[in-house]
Amino acid sequence: MILARAIRLTRINGKPAALAILARLIFRMSAMTSLPDLVCPAGSLPALKAAVDNGADAVYLGFKNDTNARNFAGLNFDAKTMADGIRYAHAKGREVLLAINTFPQAGRVADWQKAVDAAVDQGVDAIILADIGLLDYARHRHPRQRLHLSVQGSATSYEAINFCQREFGIRRAVLPRVLTLAQVENVIKNTPVEIEVFGFGSLCVMNEGRCWLSSYACGESPNTVGACSPAKYVKWDKKPGAMETRLNGVLIDRFGDDEPAGYPTLCKGRFEVQGETYYALEEPTSLNVLEILPDILKIGVRAIKVEGRQRSPTYVAQVTRTLRAALDSLRDGSERFHVKPAWQAELSKVSEGSQATLGAYSRPWR
Amino acid sequence: MNGSFTIPKFRLPTFVANLGQKLPQWPHALALVAGLNAALKMKLLPQSELALLEGKLFRVRILDTGGEASYTYANGLFRPVFRPQREPDLAFAAHLSAYLQLLSRQEDPDTLFFNRELEITGDTELGLIVKNMLDAVEWPKFSASLPVFRH
Repeated sequence: MILARAIRLTRINGKPAALAILARLIFRMSAMTSLPDLVCPAGSLPALKAAVDNGADAVYLGFKNDTNARNFAGLNFDAKTMADGIRYAHAKGREVLLAINTFPQAGRVADWQKAVDAAVDQGVDAIILADIGLLDYARHRHPRQRLHLSVQGSATSYEAINFCQREFGIRRAVLPRVLTLAQVENVIKNTPVEIEVFGFGSLCVMNEGRCWLSSYACGESPNTVGACSPAKYVKWDKKPGAMETRLNGVLIDRFGDDEPAGYPTLCKGRFEVQGETYYALEEPTSLNVLEILPDILKIGVRAIKVEGRQRSPTYVAQVTRTLRAALDSLRDGSERFHVKPAWQAELSKVSEGSQATLGAYSRPWR
Repeated sequence: MNGSFTIPKFRLPTFVANLGQKLPQWPHALALVAGLNAALKMKLLPQSELALLEGKLFRVRILDTGGEASYTYANGLFRPVFRPQREPDLAFAAHLSAYLQLLSRQEDPDTLFFNRELEITGDTELGLIVKNMLDAVEWPKFSASLPVFRH
């Protein structure tokens, strides 16, 4: 498959680019350990270029509308910037994955189907879909298009994943961030579908594809409008010695001047519960799998995803180059792998709430 | 992690801010607006997002120099506002080093925000539009020759 990709790219690109790609692929083929793909976020063309330039194997992106779950003002790609981005990534032998990961709204199904058609026209390497109706549409309308099951599809069992493979021909599934490493391994052992897991980025309550918390406060949520806690409902109020965050008037948190802040989502708020005020659902934090990278490799994960299409090109560059360096250091085998303090420092710095966790991967209970 | 010049986190001494507050503020506004209009002239800023800034009042405050600049966007140009008559629609406040780190794309705005080094108040959606608009700008190559823009 890698060779076929090299031949295809050789045909598409000019000589120097083709040689560079072939050299890169031969290097990768000869490497002692085959590494998972590093899949990085791109909310803009500079972010896409930052991902590619810093060693992402694939980038994922979305259209400028509510067909994707990062539908924020000024973010994402129109037809021209997407074409430019795809050309840039393909010239360097990297893949472009397009997320259509929200759910078609009543009366507007055609908008989501048009997005699928546009993605195929753009020549993306895969479309990441969450809705099974849309998967069915894509499968029948574009039978040769590679399809991935989005994390928003909320498939946590191999039965669910195998169903989507049988019915819609999905080639990869992105697992929700609720499984332990042992559970991820069990899924991989029981499915022919490639498995992608999250490696870094902001965490939420992880009720992925099914969360309505944002709608509780403001009537809009990722599944409906493509954004959690849309900015028009968010208010940061500076008070003496503190900053208050409100979502549609609902007080979410109050940060002291020396306390780290997080995104203004209900799940990361501090609430009064039986007389005590604390993070009742979860603290603002980011997932960081550096420590367990060798284990992720060992169980056969096909791709590692970085969260953060809403972040800047700077974040994308910082996280991509750090994870690239960590993954590359695993080429010679995992025995000598150790997490460099510089990697940890770089990732801690960009983490939400300035703290990171292994999340469900290391959960001792089931 | 990269070998080139990096801007450290620093704070200017308090007397600088005390002094800065007593100096006229119009040069800051003029300089900022000149820079933004230069970016406009080079067509670096997308028209669709610029339209959303029309008539909005912005304030940029540099905490450790005591400087601040207010400006607006109207009829295709950024214009300084020397005596703002109302609260701004969007206000930024940070120390000089945070602004320099942002401009040089050395640090991510969300990172600075999480770490409480960048304060954004007012219309949050407008803030997001401005942030994403600046993130989407492909700065010309010449900027790489200035140490402050290398990263």
